[in-house]
Amino acid sequence: MQSQSTVVANVSEGAWALAWRRFKSDRVGVWSGITVILSLALVLSTLLGSLASDWEKEVAISHAPPSWAMGGIQGEDASASTPEVVLYEPTPTDVVDPIAAQWELAQKAVKPAGEKVNALATNLPMGSDKWGRDVLAKTIKGAETSILVGLAAALMATLLGSVLGAVSGWYGGIVDDLSNWLYNVFHSIPGILLILAIAAVLNTKGTMAVVLILGTTGWTGTYRLMRGEYLKHRNRDYVRAADAIGASNNRRMFVHILPNVSHVILVQFSLLTVACIKAEVILSFLGFGVPVDGVSWGTMLTEAQNDLLVGKWWQLLSATVAMSIFVTGLSLLTDSLRDALDPKVIH
Amino acid sequence: MSAYILRRIWQMIPTMAGVILLVFFLFNWIGGDPAYVLAGLFSNQEQIDSIRAELGLDQPLVVQLWIFVKQVATFDFGNSWTTGESVADIFATRLPASLTLMAPLLVIETLVALVLAVGLAWVRGSSIDRGTMVVFTALMSVSILVFIILGQYVLAYRLGWFPVQGWSDDYWKNISTYAPLPILLGLLVSIAPNTRLFRSFVLDEVDQDYVRTARAKGLSEPRVMFVHVLRNALIPVITFVISNLPGLLLGAFLLERFFGIPGVGREIILAVERSDFPVIKAVTVYVAIATMIFNLIGDVLYRLTDPRVQLR
Repeated sequence: MQSQSTVVANVSEGAWALAWRRFKSDRVGVWSGITVILSLALVLSTLLGSLASDWEKEVAISHAPPSWAMGGIQGEDASASTPEVVLYEPTPTDVVDPIAAQWELAQKAVKPAGEKVNALATNLPMGSDKWGRDVLAKTIKGAETSILVGLAAALMATLLGSVLGAVSGWYGGIVDDLSNWLYNVFHSIPGILLILAIAAVLNTKGTMAVVLILGTTGWTGTYRLMRGEYLKHRNRDYVRAADAIGASNNRRMFVHILPNVSHVILVQFSLLTVACIKAEVILSFLGFGVPVDGVSWGTMLTEAQNDLLVGKWWQLLSATVAMSIFVTGLSLLTDSLRDALDPKVIH
Repeated sequence: MSAYILRRIWQMIPTMAGVILLVFFLFNWIGGDPAYVLAGLFSNQEQIDSIRAELGLDQPLVVQLWIFVKQVATFDFGNSWTTGESVADIFATRLPASLTLMAPLLVIETLVALVLAVGLAWVRGSSIDRGTMVVFTALMSVSILVFIILGQYVLAYRLGWFPVQGWSDDYWKNISTYAPLPILLGLLVSIAPNTRLFRSFVLDEVDQDYVRTARAKGLSEPRVMFVHVLRNALIPVITFVISNLPGLLLGAFLLERFFGIPGVGREIILAVERSDFPVIKAVTVYVAIATMIFNLIGDVLYRLTDPRVQLR
């Protein structure tokens, strides 16, 4: 695992440089890292609007199968999915139009046959959903929501846990007692129950609510680890030395100790991101999360459940594969990060 | 030992008080005025006032807190806001269904994960071990929703091997007809994380001196792994299983919802959907108490099974 240094130098390498070298030799870690970075780049480009910004457009017929699966559909699905060119203009709304059928007839009557106006596609790579939206674009847009919610909630939880843990372990005494009490209270309520209870009282659906719920419930693990780290480091020689040259409490806590425990925070952050993405999917599915006019992997799975009953499996596949790729990548990356940053621990 | 247990119970009191405070704070402050939730859309001030009086909401906050504490102590949370059923009744009637589902699931998943864990630890570092771990990581990244949706669609709806959903009053009919598919899916979801955890417990043991001694005595490798190592690795496993028992009640809420099983988990989801505060409050407080008690039982068992552990 650990490649022997061939560099002959007087300056010893820093902890991060060593970790980076260990990480580079871990092939699984590197590939998962690349996967995660690519996914994040995708999220960034949807954020900037250069990708999947028109996911709500009706670009295809309803429930068009993926282009690669067109031939492989048997039975009743095949007849339902025969490509037909619809003549009316695509509507930008995503609601079910109650007079769509009549409207279509009226359009046919008005327009001379054969004149195709903006014909709807039938050969999208991942097919289309009930409202003719491109499932691939939807999955990418859903990735943006799910990953951002996961990152934001994890960031909030990690920050809460780290600050509380640092203060608790550093100062001890009454601060420690109080924080420990808070930890015990939150820890004794199973996570999912606390999440549901807060969802019930907030009673506001929305992306921010999900972040808030997951952020305020997820901090306990980080708190415990950080408290332990600060207890351990508080009496180390380098901290005493810093004290001797007159460094303030805050300076010792956040300038001297923090860099030495930051690997714990990093690992906790990526663990929490995975957990929060999974929780977002479930919350959105239950109707307590991302509202119906948004899209996330959770809302896609909700729709996919109904789609599946009529044999339309591609939305389920698309959301599942996208989520697995990102979450697997991040989980494997976390394992590798932990190995690289904390080589003493054997997993 | 008894001194330890007493002290632990004594230490539970502040935590308990904290849970009560937290739940009270959540539902009476952040949750807004429940009278408006209860009175519904078409209500006048009079109705709201009478509901407030009935719930004690016109009292000062301290008095309201006292009412809540009394509710917790007497196990009397009043009636559900939506169905009018008493909260205690709701749990008494929903518990059997949850247990019918979760008890077999717990036993099977623990045994299967344990055997897999010892097996993987046996071939640790090999390509089988590493490959399985990667597959498990991938499995864990698939949302539990996908397992349930696909399982229900393929195995029940398409192939017809199991009923799509349903529940009866007869235990044997439930366990033989309705429970198998949810149990199978629950197993699929839990096997990966449990095996990973248990494998790490086993790996903590395989390098111990007593293992080397057992090998030096000439014992066969299966005997070393499945008798000597397993017996010691069981200690953290037991603690883990015991302290997670209360969470089991909730763990199945998605299974119960999809398969129409009238258990506690489904009741909680319904309560959250209907803003049925008494039910949620009761569940939160009692599950927290149960968690604390089971944690204590887990620790005590740890002490009893491993004399090296000193409880202070």
